[in-house]
Amino acid sequence: MDPHRGDESANHPAPTIWPVGFAVGIACIFIGLILGTVVLVVGAVLTALFGFLWVRDVTSGYRAAPTPAEAPPPVPAHKAEPPLSELAEGDVIRYPRSKFLEAVTLGLGGVIGGVVTVPVLGFTILPPFIKQGHPDIDVGALADFPENKYVITTFLLDPKQGEVSRRTAYIRNNGLLDGQPSFTILSNRCVHLGCPVQVNGLPLDKDKKTEIRNGLEVDRIPTAAAAGFGCPCHGGQYDKEGNRTAGPPVRALDRYDFMIKNGRLVLRKTYSVAKVDGEGADARIHKYPLAGPGQHIDGIEAWLYPVQPPR
Amino acid sequence: MARRKPGRRDQLLKMALYPLEWLEERSGLVGGVKYFLFRKVPGDISWGHTLGSAALTAFIVQAVTGVILAFYYKPDPNSAYESIRHITDDLTFGWLVRGMHKWGASVFIILLFLHMGRVFLYGAYKYPRELNWIVGVLILVLGMMEGFFGYLLPWDQTAYWATVVGVNLQATGPFVGPFLGDILRGGSEIGPDTLARFYSLHMLVLPGAIAGLIGLHLYLVVRLGVTSPPWSPTAAGRPQPGPPPPPRKGLVAPGARGARKR
Repeated sequence: MDPHRGDESANHPAPTIWPVGFAVGIACIFIGLILGTVVLVVGAVLTALFGFLWVRDVTSGYRAAPTPAEAPPPVPAHKAEPPLSELAEGDVIRYPRSKFLEAVTLGLGGVIGGVVTVPVLGFTILPPFIKQGHPDIDVGALADFPENKYVITTFLLDPKQGEVSRRTAYIRNNGLLDGQPSFTILSNRCVHLGCPVQVNGLPLDKDKKTEIRNGLEVDRIPTAAAAGFGCPCHGGQYDKEGNRTAGPPVRALDRYDFMIKNGRLVLRKTYSVAKVDGEGADARIHKYPLAGPGQHIDGIEAWLYPVQPPR
Repeated sequence: MARRKPGRRDQLLKMALYPLEWLEERSGLVGGVKYFLFRKVPGDISWGHTLGSAALTAFIVQAVTGVILAFYYKPDPNSAYESIRHITDDLTFGWLVRGMHKWGASVFIILLFLHMGRVFLYGAYKYPRELNWIVGVLILVLGMMEGFFGYLLPWDQTAYWATVVGVNLQATGPFVGPFLGDILRGGSEIGPDTLARFYSLHMLVLPGAIAGLIGLHLYLVVRLGVTSPPWSPTAAGRPQPGPPPPPRKGLVAPGARGARKR
């Protein structure tokens, strides 16, 4: 005889549903400890009620005298447990316990896995797309930018990130346009693959000015005569307006929006430029939302990049 | 005279081996390792078949030296470069461990390719070993990703701009490219988050994945067996060329091919 099965006459308690309510009551007590006394009291009542019902159910066999109908039919000790089909008397269809447990285990496991995974997945994926872009950047007084000369200006794009966010812009004062100051402000990020483009001309390093304002350092190096810009990585070339003239870049250099605040030049959002017609203050800029380097923003190739992440 | 000694020696040996027996009785691990190490392989395999083990060794070297480097490396924009300089210049044998890790990375990739070439040329990727080829290709891809993410960590100009270009290259992929770029950078610009996530991917995620895939790879190797070279009569389905020749008595020229030990 199989020692693990006993003599098959063990007194199993009848199945009961009250533990479910008991568990809900316990859960309510714990939640009540956090939320407040009302929930706590409800939980205590539920626990007591269902606990009583559960105990009553389980002990019913001991309290009542066993009736002949309830007594299990004698099973010969040598006989194996009868197959389910024999157990299912009449039209009663039994759902196997093992199947039920299997489904519950997989289902509960899936739910727990989902509850744990979804927030973690959000934490993994979402931060790079939220709160992007940069704050407004004060780069100096209007007088610091001589007319029709590019000034190599470096600044912190995002002061919270520190020196690693130092970026360079080529800023040219175009003089007045309809009585308003006009500036050309080119990002030095090559629109091929993001290397730093350099001035094709002479930076006047001895005239470098460093200004520290509100703890933020801005460096300005005037240039003698910039004939355009060139990228050291793969040879992309741009003219004075940032138009591509040679090499692999797919569009013109990105630009910064700007505003004048208390007589000072402030850089705002970066945007992308397909091309620029004309020069200086009269330039006509084909402006698009900021796109990454190497991405087309006009023409048929732009269809490859229908959606841009938020900036 | 030497009659009694073996008895005592046997006893000592038994005592020494007792821990192994204890382990074997409870886990079967000793038998498993023995099975792995002393399993049957075809008689006509060559040095080419050792390239996989060589690549595994290179991976282990990378893992160990990487862990040691992680003792001293600081994945922060303000201290990463300085911590690398500290490892190279100040610490005892730091230059050696860093050099092993740096050059070992190339060795690992080269060995992967040589191993891959051997498997391809021997036709060892064919039924029933296709799945192992796929697993191997995944290991190669993850290995190259290790190279990409590890390249940023020295945080010098080469590392920084290579990563700028590399990430922007990914970002030019159609449709999902721009999003992929932002996920890699941890934002629209390279910054402190980029370095931290590259470090995490380089030292936790990818090595773990590679180690798991190597386990699967080895399991399949043991389960399916090692292939004979294509010129092997056995592999071609031709009858074996008869029983092996009787071992030669007396002096055998060292390194003589086909010489069999008794």
